[in-house]
Amino acid sequence: MSQPDSGRSATQSTVLPNGAGAPAPIKAIRLRHPWRNVVAVILILMLALFIIDASQRDAYGWDNFAKYIFDKRISQAAGYTLLLTIYSMIIAIILGITLAVMRLSDNPVVKGVAWLYLWVFRGTPIYVQLVFWGLFATIYKTIDIGIPFTTPWLQFPTDFISVFWLAVIGLSLNEAAYMAEIVRAGILSVDKGQDEAATALGMSWIQTMRRVVIPQAMRIIIPPTGNEVISMLKTTSLVAAVPFSFDLYGRSRDISAVIFDPIPLLLVASAWYLAFTSILMVGQYFLEKRFSRGVGQARPEKKGTETGAIPVTTGIVVPPGAGGTDTTDKPGKEHR
Amino acid sequence: MTTATSDIPMVHADCVSKSFGSNEVLKSISLTVPRGEVLCLVGPSGSGKSTFLRCINHLERVNAGRLTVDGVLVGYEERGDKLYELKPKVAARQRRDIGMVFQRFNLFPHMTAIENIIEAPIRVKGIKKEAAVVRARELLARVGLAEKEDAYPAHLSGGQQQRVAIARALAMDPKLMLFDEPTSALDPELVGEVLDVMKNLAESGMTMIVVTHEMGFAREVADSLVFMDGGVVVESGDPAEVLSNPKHKRTQAFLSKVL
Ligand SMILES: Nc1ncnc2c1ncn2[C@@H]1O[C@H](COP(=O)(O)OP(=O)(O)OP(=O)(O)O)[C@@H](O)[C@H]1O
Ligand SMILES: [Mg+2]
Repeated sequence: MSQPDSGRSATQSTVLPNGAGAPAPIKAIRLRHPWRNVVAVILILMLALFIIDASQRDAYGWDNFAKYIFDKRISQAAGYTLLLTIYSMIIAIILGITLAVMRLSDNPVVKGVAWLYLWVFRGTPIYVQLVFWGLFATIYKTIDIGIPFTTPWLQFPTDFISVFWLAVIGLSLNEAAYMAEIVRAGILSVDKGQDEAATALGMSWIQTMRRVVIPQAMRIIIPPTGNEVISMLKTTSLVAAVPFSFDLYGRSRDISAVIFDPIPLLLVASAWYLAFTSILMVGQYFLEKRFSRGVGQARPEKKGTETGAIPVTTGIVVPPGAGGTDTTDKPGKEHR
Repeated sequence: MTTATSDIPMVHADCVSKSFGSNEVLKSISLTVPRGEVLCLVGPSGSGKSTFLRCINHLERVNAGRLTVDGVLVGYEERGDKLYELKPKVAARQRRDIGMVFQRFNLFPHMTAIENIIEAPIRVKGIKKEAAVVRARELLARVGLAEKEDAYPAHLSGGQQQRVAIARALAMDPKLMLFDEPTSALDPELVGEVLDVMKNLAESGMTMIVVTHEMGFAREVADSLVFMDGGVVVESGDPAEVLSNPKHKRTQAFLSKVL
């Protein structure tokens, strides 16, 4: 400010002496939002009232809640729920990748079979599917291995399959259909140029997939898969349809039938489910952060529809439609 | 021409045609690239230049005509008087002797510069990692990026990325290099560094086919220039001659736009 001209001197008088030309912070009266405060107060009041009321209400049976929340049978049941979730997701992911690759195949029959699978398993309710799996032993008495219409070489009676595994099969075959779409969206999101470059270097299809395409697709596959795990944890409560009843929900129902007090045990089950989903959500948060970091600009990939195959930097011109947006389904959205 | 005329040409296209459905993109293209020479391919957008390069590399299948690289038929095998499509494995083996550089670099974004370069030698050629790394460092030094070996593509400028991409192709020790508009996606001030690398490569005796709009490069480095339009070779010959004295109307019209 070596040359104060008359036009500027008026503003300069408001500049603090140590500002050395830096603009003074604006001191304005904040815009008030009276209704915002009113709504907040009402909501807090309602919540407080509900909690006070609930804590005193007999029907909730807090004494029974306290008695059963860490009951051994309940924590065992929680273990079963976790096992159902883990086994089903592992099978679903493997089968989902297979189906996704089948759908991207050039062979119309392979493609069609994968499409048919998705059509059936996404087009019918999971509950109905689980009931069907429960009747599996009734429909198919034995599983035969051999040449059709001749005496089988090997014969397995199906009633040996425990209800637990029938539940896992039911959950995972349904989930695989959803995982397939997520994986497919991830693979399609990888720029075609990547495949081309790898092929031009003489890499085989498998090598290209394993070393180039899948690692890049992971950024898009991981976040919705986390959602699927959380969703699966809750869906396990439907295995009563098989019927498998050693899971969290089934066990709480059995106990409540004995003590003639259903509500506290529903609360017990809910508390466990909430605890698990909360842990998974924290894990999900860190996974998403990690995989959106990647190279280039951090950009959380919420949907599988982003093209973001190559992080765009100086000099790269990505022509419109370079990725696979057009054919990409939104994974994890349209749900049962 | 330095090599003996009796030598088999590196690339020989004889009436090569290619259609996508009913769209005939290449119409009976014939041209020859002798060993150690540089051919520049120019032409307007959509004239089929990229498609022709991709046919040489068997990324696209030729519909008619004969295309040979180093005397070997591309994409097909001749047994008796019948042509058989190649198995993917055999096609991949043909490809690894042909380096390709793309307009958009197509580096693997999840790998560092050096990982990009050693990937194919290790996976495809089965070279030991240590040996591949030594060779990759040499190549990085050759393209002037010795200090960038641990950088991810996203942290490199366009010109640097393209030079890594060239090094990646060279790591397979190709006998032929294909360049598809290697400088078209670059900011003008970055074009020179990539062209310099290509010029050095040409001087080292590499056989190259370069699709480019850089007429200065064509004039200075190329041994011959081919002008394509609408899927046919309209005019070809000595670059200086074609550029300063285009005979065909379409060549004249095109050159007046790009020069
Ligand atoms: N995979 C494909 N399927 C169908 N048509 C294609 C395919 N690839 C290219 N074409 C068509 O072939 C024609 C030639 O394309 P090509 O990319 O070879 O042109 P080009 O000379 O490289 O143009 P540019 O300078 O824009 O890169 C275009 O009309 C294009 O639409
Ligand atoms: Mg092109």
